[in-house]
Amino acid sequence: MTEILRLDDLSKAYGAVTVADSQSWHLSAGEALGVIGPNGAGKTSMFNLVTGTVSPDSGRIFFGGQDVTSWPAPRRCRSGMARSFQVPQPFGGMTVFENAMVAATQGAGLSSRDAEALCLDILDRTGLLHRSNTLAKGLTLLERKRLELTRALCAKPKLLLLDEIAGGLTESECVSLIQTIKDIRETGVSIVWIEHVVHALLAVVDRLIVIDFGKKIADGTPHEIMNSREVREIYLGIEADA
Amino acid sequence: MDWVNAILQGTLLGGLYALFAAGLSLIFGVMRLVNIAHGDLIVLAAYLGLTASTALGLHPLVALVLVVPAMFAIGYVLQRGILNRTMGDDILPPLLVTFGLSIIIQNGLLTVYTADPQKLQAGNLETASLSAGGLTVGVLPLIVFITAVAIIGALQWMFYHTALGRAFRATSDRQDIAQLMGLNRAHVFGLAMGLSLAVTAVAGIFLGIRTSFDPAVGGSRLIFGFEAVIIGGLGNLWGTLAGGIVLGVSQALGGQIHPSLQILSGHIVFLVILAVRPRGLFPKMEG
Ligand SMILES: Nc1ncnc2c1ncn2[C@@H]1O[C@H](COP(=O)(O)OP(=O)(O)OP(=O)(O)O)[C@@H](O)[C@H]1O
Ligand SMILES: [Mg+2]
Repeated sequence: MTEILRLDDLSKAYGAVTVADSQSWHLSAGEALGVIGPNGAGKTSMFNLVTGTVSPDSGRIFFGGQDVTSWPAPRRCRSGMARSFQVPQPFGGMTVFENAMVAATQGAGLSSRDAEALCLDILDRTGLLHRSNTLAKGLTLLERKRLELTRALCAKPKLLLLDEIAGGLTESECVSLIQTIKDIRETGVSIVWIEHVVHALLAVVDRLIVIDFGKKIADGTPHEIMNSREVREIYLGIEADA
Repeated sequence: MDWVNAILQGTLLGGLYALFAAGLSLIFGVMRLVNIAHGDLIVLAAYLGLTASTALGLHPLVALVLVVPAMFAIGYVLQRGILNRTMGDDILPPLLVTFGLSIIIQNGLLTVYTADPQKLQAGNLETASLSAGGLTVGVLPLIVFITAVAIIGALQWMFYHTALGRAFRATSDRQDIAQLMGLNRAHVFGLAMGLSLAVTAVAGIFLGIRTSFDPAVGGSRLIFGFEAVIIGGLGNLWGTLAGGIVLGVSQALGGQIHPSLQILSGHIVFLVILAVRPRGLFPKMEG
């Protein structure tokens, strides 16, 4: 299987806080990978490194076989990666539809006409179609989270990076989210999904990695990971905190 | 009748001020950049028009075909080559750099064109007028006004109905996120400055046809432009047109009271509006 993403000995620290500690792992094309780890472990920071918002102190990132470590963020996006944000970051002064259009025209590089068709389709799938003409700053938190997913999808990514999109959903909303992500997978998109709602993750991913203090401490099938003592300790810890 | 006439002339003059201001408003809206060299760039455009019309024998309005793209290119290169390097959380560096640029442009123009006042020769257009119901309006001021409305309408349309406009607004809204949607900030800012100076080119040519100019007149055009932008409300293009008209009418009415009051009354109205409505008459609805 061809490889879509590879992190090679990637490290990053903010002063005394290490957010990535010699992380090495890879993702095969079409694979869905779940990322778990306690709060502050460096999961979101890993996305910042992969998408190019933040530069690593050392190590390399390969995307689609190319070394993209020195590529600026827009170039990485246009070459096929898109992310959602844990804390939604919409273009508040633009409508939901316009938010989607920015991703479709700039990220995916579509003509306006093709972009419109794509956006309408995706807004329909993410359940935001009826909110198309609402300014993004007028959305509820849940709707903003859906807009995060919408916008990422409208960039037509080969690699979709999802950062905690299931938190706060009701059980039925979660079920439909899982179905949406499965559908996306069916189209051949590779996925890395950071999620605290582990049962949602387990319904979709083929593989899990665990990050703690910026270090990858486990990598394997969901079954292996969920039965590992180390992971259970970390997760019991989280549940006690929460 | 004199008063009605003053209001009419002031309104038309407001069109020119709106053209001075539209470019300022645009770059402030997109990238929160205050361009101190804006007035001097207007004058630079007038001189480019002068060179094009004397060297090639073109009518100044035809010279726009050359000057507009030239100013667009200057804007793009200026932004990518210099101004982008100064942009960040601190607004002081771009302010200082554009201030320095202002001095460089003035001295450059002085060296190349000398301090002699110049004018763009537009032939009959300069004196042609239309009369109706006891009022007379110059054809040129009318053309300037209509052009201002058309340009501001076109910019507004571009902002809300094109991919480029969405790129500007997205970048203005969340630079960091826009980058992750595939927008290259440096390029978007370059295009915004290019567009700003393309509008400035039109303003400069009209300025040069209307009045004589020399390398030092940029400063007062900058002030009129700023006043129009601020009266209208920052980052609101239709507001900028309204601001230009308010300024033009204030000056015309002041001039009607006494010719020496013309410029002063514009500044006074500006200060009063600033005191009463610090965010301008039509502040952009922003969250
Ligand atoms: N720009 C920054 N400067 C300094 N510290 C940072 C910065 N970004 C993140 N951190 C710190 O790095 C650590 C890792 O943060 P990160 O957001 O990656 O964690 P996370 O695994 O996504 O956590 P959560 O599950 O809470 O989302 C945190 O302690 C955070 O405070
Ligand atoms: Mg996080």
